[in-house]
Amino acid sequence: MAEERKSVALEKLVGRFGGDIVSTHSEFGDDTALVRREKIVEVCTFLRDDPDLVFDFAMDLTCVDYLGEEPRFEVVYHLYSLAKKRRVRIKARVPEEDPVIDTVIPVWVGMDWYEREAYDMYGIVFRNHPNLKRILMYDQFVGHPLRKDYPKARRQPTIGPEE
Amino acid sequence: MAVKREKDGAPGFLTTRFEALLAWGRKYSIYPFTFATACCGIEVMGAFGTHYDLSRFGAEVVRFSPRQADMLLVAGTVNYKMAPVLKRIYDQMLEPKWVVAMGACAASGGFYNNYSVLQGIDKILPVDVYIPGCPPNPEGIIDAVVAIQKMLETGAPRAAERWPIKI
Repeated sequence: MAEERKSVALEKLVGRFGGDIVSTHSEFGDDTALVRREKIVEVCTFLRDDPDLVFDFAMDLTCVDYLGEEPRFEVVYHLYSLAKKRRVRIKARVPEEDPVIDTVIPVWVGMDWYEREAYDMYGIVFRNHPNLKRILMYDQFVGHPLRKDYPKARRQPTIGPEE
Repeated sequence: MAVKREKDGAPGFLTTRFEALLAWGRKYSIYPFTFATACCGIEVMGAFGTHYDLSRFGAEVVRFSPRQADMLLVAGTVNYKMAPVLKRIYDQMLEPKWVVAMGACAASGGFYNNYSVLQGIDKILPVDVYIPGCPPNPEGIIDAVVAIQKMLETGAPRAAERWPIKI
């Protein structure tokens, strides 16, 4: 095993938020923090604004469906600091019966379409999102196709020419 | 259709039925409209190119307006979101019109057995000729054009006239 590398971002996060950071690890240099979903906007704002971190580039937002686990979904944020040349991955678990998490558009405006994609494919609701509607599938589409319990053979309604 | 000759053998006049004359004219002037959404479109370009030269069969005048086209050549994957666009293009074409489903995707969805892909364009359109292959050779497209020519020659009903499902 490689020697455990100290991560500035993770140390600062734990120092600032304490118990709201559920767990961290940085195996193979992948700095990862699992945070409570109620704190996601605060955590992201801190990561962007702290002068030692400056995570100014939100590279990706996606979701993972851990079917059978509780909470079921995990929203994943990949961040990069152009100034410090560091990466960090933030995760937050979201339960199936209440798949809601706050939007991070106020922190990074570019997260708009990623959040719409996560909503479209997994049904995660981003609270306070200004335009939360499907981005890839059409409005008449039933269900969220990347959920693990979406039936593979399900066929969707064919829609007529739009008027 | 028969050509009457004068007594000295010089060409004279034509006797025919009007439908046969019309079909003869249509047979060598099938204007295609290519709806290319995937790699099959590359093979379509090959078919129109100099090597295979679809113009030998009178079908080289590609129309990029459906209102001027006779043959809708669907080459590639059609997903649920694209289906209404394809249907509208079909509706905009003037009668008589023929539809060719080129390749596995247009014919059956191909290997895209998933949530987003229409499982064959015959779910929304009457299809006259299916070309198998993934993608088919340009010969396949030529074969489809010849098949439509044969339909014209024999007066076989078009798919739209005998289609089992009401569109």
